[in-house]
Amino acid sequence: MNGRDSLSDGGLSELLREFKGERGELIPVLQRVQELHGYLRPEAIRRVSRWLKISENEIFGVATFYAQFRFHPPGRHRLRVCLGTACHVKGGEQILLTAQQRLSIGTGETTPDGEYDLDRVACLGCCALAPVVAVDDKVHSQMSVLKIQRILDEPKSA
Amino acid sequence: MNPRALDERRGKAASKWAELQSSPRPLIFIGAASCGLAAGAAEVQEAVEKYLRKNGIEGRIIQVGCIGPCYMEPLMDVRMPGQPRISYSNVRPSDVPLIMESFFEKKEVAKSRLAGHFGEAEFDGIPRFFDMPMLKPQVRIVLRNCGIIDPDDLDHYLARDGYLGLEKCLSLPWTEVLDTIKRSGLRGRGGAGFPTWRKWLTCREMPSDQRYLICNADEGDPGAFMNRSLIEGDPHAVLEGMLIAAFTIGATQGYVYIRAEYPLAIKRLKKAIAQMREAGLLGQNILGSEFSFDIRIKEGAGAFVCGEETALIASIEGKRGMPRSRPPFPAVSGLYGKPTIINNVETLGTLPHILRNGAEWYAGFGTETSKGTKTFSLVGKVRRTGLIEVPLGMTLREVVFDIGGGTLKPFKAVQTGGPSGGCLSEEFLDTPIDYEHLAGAGSIMGSGGLIVVDSDTCIVDTAKYFLGFTQMESCGKCVPCRVGTRHMVKLLEKICDGRGELADLEKLEKLGRTIKNGSLCQLGGTAPNPALTSLKYFRSEFISHVKDKRCPAVVCKSLVNYRVIAGKCTGCQRCVSVCPTGAITGPRSEPHNLDRTKCIKCRSCYEICRFDAIAGDAIIIES
Repeated sequence: MNGRDSLSDGGLSELLREFKGERGELIPVLQRVQELHGYLRPEAIRRVSRWLKISENEIFGVATFYAQFRFHPPGRHRLRVCLGTACHVKGGEQILLTAQQRLSIGTGETTPDGEYDLDRVACLGCCALAPVVAVDDKVHSQMSVLKIQRILDEPKSA
Repeated sequence: MNPRALDERRGKAASKWAELQSSPRPLIFIGAASCGLAAGAAEVQEAVEKYLRKNGIEGRIIQVGCIGPCYMEPLMDVRMPGQPRISYSNVRPSDVPLIMESFFEKKEVAKSRLAGHFGEAEFDGIPRFFDMPMLKPQVRIVLRNCGIIDPDDLDHYLARDGYLGLEKCLSLPWTEVLDTIKRSGLRGRGGAGFPTWRKWLTCREMPSDQRYLICNADEGDPGAFMNRSLIEGDPHAVLEGMLIAAFTIGATQGYVYIRAEYPLAIKRLKKAIAQMREAGLLGQNILGSEFSFDIRIKEGAGAFVCGEETALIASIEGKRGMPRSRPPFPAVSGLYGKPTIINNVETLGTLPHILRNGAEWYAGFGTETSKGTKTFSLVGKVRRTGLIEVPLGMTLREVVFDIGGGTLKPFKAVQTGGPSGGCLSEEFLDTPIDYEHLAGAGSIMGSGGLIVVDSDTCIVDTAKYFLGFTQMESCGKCVPCRVGTRHMVKLLEKICDGRGELADLEKLEKLGRTIKNGSLCQLGGTAPNPALTSLKYFRSEFISHVKDKRCPAVVCKSLVNYRVIAGKCTGCQRCVSVCPTGAITGPRSEPHNLDRTKCIKCRSCYEICRFDAIAGDAIIIES
């Protein structure tokens, strides 16, 4: 690989050097690619396909199976509403609905201004403080429909 | 590192620990597990740092794991020289200066937000932390270090008898280790409760050049967080357990399969593994023995079904995480076709204690068939939520009411075993918690999620929630699970929407039985449990939905309405300002009007009226 290549492929060549190129590394490779680009670009999947000698078809099959992988560019901030059991019985559904209303998007979507992604997640593991949401990596506990509105109304820096 | 070098290190660790216990510097402990951080532990720590800096106090801040009573988070402990460690609960950053001033300026124990002290003897009339109703009935074996030690410091673990279990194990032939585990009665803590030793023996007896050990930390059960807490609070206990298991089954390579949603646990594990490698506890010829072993971390990419053994293996191999039929069991043919043992985090975390203290000691806890202790995440509508560890055989009543403090509204049910388990009504409260009794009631032990619900929770809605979850997480390989769960969800939705008929209840039961019998793996095999147990124990609630078109718990949206009580409403307009659809109108100081055609039942007005408005409770939800 020469320098021009590693620039044009968004750092992929550099990244692939961390791995041996074995079949079993597919998921860790995709996780690292997503960490780098924010999502799985079609070009990146093509590149991984050639490198690991697994068809693009199969890679899409694996990637779409797992909730972690995304195929669209992410927004600047990521709002994850937890709908684990504890959050559900404490009103997590209402929190999600309010967030959808406030942002005018559905789950799995990004606001038109690219500010927020909205996702529902199965469990963030903070069940004793339910209901919880996570804005980027910060978990907010004991939410209410009013608290989520306040969080979304706060100005966010990029 | 040979055993002698470890002994030396342990000696140093012990004096380091002893010094810490009699430290001339003030120590501040912050409960900084994921739940503590979510409650604001980082902000509390900042406030402490600020105070110490401003006043030029040479204190030391130590981040510890979760000690269990999550409802008291953020927890902060202060240990002044010559005093026991004193714990403060629900600490807000604004409380910190007051607490600190009391200790450092007034030279007396701060009394606000006081929870208890960690000492053995009587101190200053303060209650003992471990005498609190939530903690007193507990027996902390697996969790003994959580919240006590710094999980990032191997010396803390060593000083509290860490890796003694491994040393004991390496001094014995594998057959004797296996026999110890057999006599201890330990059963898999992941849910199914299969005797650990039997699985191990099958694997060990398979002739093979390579065997694998996998630690299953893919805690997918929504509402359960025992494994996360244990790894965050005491990672070395789990890793020591892995060494013991690997030694016994003859594995040379291990994996920890952990959810990517647990970033802090992953960070702690990585650090602990690096420390082990440096101390010679991992790699070739561990502690100078013949035993060699290495551990790699595999981050799960988010699929509940990967908690199933064969699906987990497929995922590590880089494939879609779909289960395959068994036999052959993974113990015979698992990862890359080699004999593989998959043990749950808690099972592994228990092993060092059994090796160190003996099988008979461990078997002394629990019941005839379910030995030892089990951790549970006690959550939902219970007063005292958190992570607990109790001897098996304790009744649900003791757990929910004595430890959990009961519910605010009348108790309705306790759900055990997550999406694979069942909802047990009040009549089961005196059921002992063990594998057999819970199975007998139509539920399962599961990995340890205990979700308590009260009269404000709709059982039909909860059943719909669980089926919706398993339906989404179904891998799609076999028809009963893929199609069957979808139909069950549709029927439950129909009932919640008020379109249900009595015949639907029978359809649900018939479908449930078919899915249970016909599914390939235990995801499908247990998916109908929440609906089936609810239908059995809470049939009247289903009938209210179907016949009277009423939701007694006022939860199911299609069956409830919002109403402004004109006599109570002062017209403060708070609800008008939060209503996202403009359904509430009315001039200031006059009772407001709620337009039901516009109302989306989002609950905003209800909450603001309840907590923030002048009148309070002027908006009601009725069915």
